[in-house]
Amino acid sequence: MSAFLATVRRDLLLALRRKSEVLTAVFFFVIVTSLFPLGIGPEPVLLKKIAPGILWVAALLATLLGLPRLFAADHGDGTLEQMALSPSPLGLLVAGKILAHWLLCGLPLVLLAPVLGLQFDLDASALGILTLALLLGTPLLSLIGAIGAALTLGVRGGGVLLALLVLPLYIPALIFGAGAVEAHIAGLEVGGHLSLLAAMLVLAAFFAPWATTAALRIALE
Amino acid sequence: MLIVSGLACSRGERRLFADVGFSLDAGEWLHVQGENGAGKTSLMRLLVGLSPADAGEVRWRGEPTPCLEFRRDLVYLGHHAAVKEDLTPLENLRLSAALDGIALDERDALAALIRLGLRGREDLPVRVLSAGQKRRVLLARLLTRPAVLWVLDEAFNALDVAAVKLLGELIAEHLAHGGMAVLTSHQPLPVPGGRTLVL
Repeated sequence: MSAFLATVRRDLLLALRRKSEVLTAVFFFVIVTSLFPLGIGPEPVLLKKIAPGILWVAALLATLLGLPRLFAADHGDGTLEQMALSPSPLGLLVAGKILAHWLLCGLPLVLLAPVLGLQFDLDASALGILTLALLLGTPLLSLIGAIGAALTLGVRGGGVLLALLVLPLYIPALIFGAGAVEAHIAGLEVGGHLSLLAAMLVLAAFFAPWATTAALRIALE
Repeated sequence: MLIVSGLACSRGERRLFADVGFSLDAGEWLHVQGENGAGKTSLMRLLVGLSPADAGEVRWRGEPTPCLEFRRDLVYLGHHAAVKEDLTPLENLRLSAALDGIALDERDALAALIRLGLRGREDLPVRVLSAGQKRRVLLARLLTRPAVLWVLDEAFNALDVAAVKLLGELIAEHLAHGGMAVLTSHQPLPVPGGRTLVL
């Protein structure tokens, strides 16, 4: 467990030394979500209708921005090899890296979403559901993305391939995440959407580190 | 304790080596030699379990590797610097120890860095150090990580004369304490004894 926490601490420290990489994704999220209300104009009904979709797609793309770097730096300087040979299980270290990725690239989106949602005339309860859905959904995006990042590690043009590989897998998260907010706005029950998101998160939390580890071992060969 | 038998490796169609075997006991070391492209690094990677062998096996204390005990007893330093450029040497050492599940206090880490001639550099980002100094940061891990088997791939690269001598001393000390080492290098090594394997 200490190795898991050490990985999280290490990745957070590295991000702190190189803030621009993390801030890029966050600014991307802020800018993209702000462009839509500016482009469409003051039409509250339309904005309210497209808000969940826009915010979720933007969150999805912002997460994708940081993914190629998840393992690339460690692979490039040889620290990934050292991790693979470490007495600590590689899966544990990988899980730590995924958690750090979420803390850096996912959590800021969750915290910013209620503020950005205001631009779309969402009321307080809809903002609450949006934040909750993102809180369940963004770790899922990091977990699924990590598998893709590991599979495309060391591949030329890996960034594009990563997007092609991972975006289709993000569709369920997008449907149920945005669907929860839409259902709430339409006055329907949101428990089902959120439960499904949570179920997918649990499933991914269990399998994704394992699958990522297997892909990383292949990339290291 | 380390028994390697019948190892074979090919890259694509080309066979790099076949039927490589050796064994090491406490206090022994092996110098792997061969021209460029002979497969020295491939052999090292097979040995530590980073890539799978076409044939053959590596046994550590009688158990086939990779096993947990082997990883616990092994330090592998490869071609890469394997240090984080944005962290200081001290942070690098302590965090890599923490990833290995070892608690390394600051005093011990500092002592290792001083032994490797990095006094006064421990709080600079590794980015600003020279290639040789980066290598020394990596080599400091030999002192902070208790291990029986050292697998060093081209460990003498980029090191100055004093550092080569120092590394030679470290290896000799390690062997005197019952350790083992497998090294690749193109230059003659300043370590007495040892067998040679030519690929």
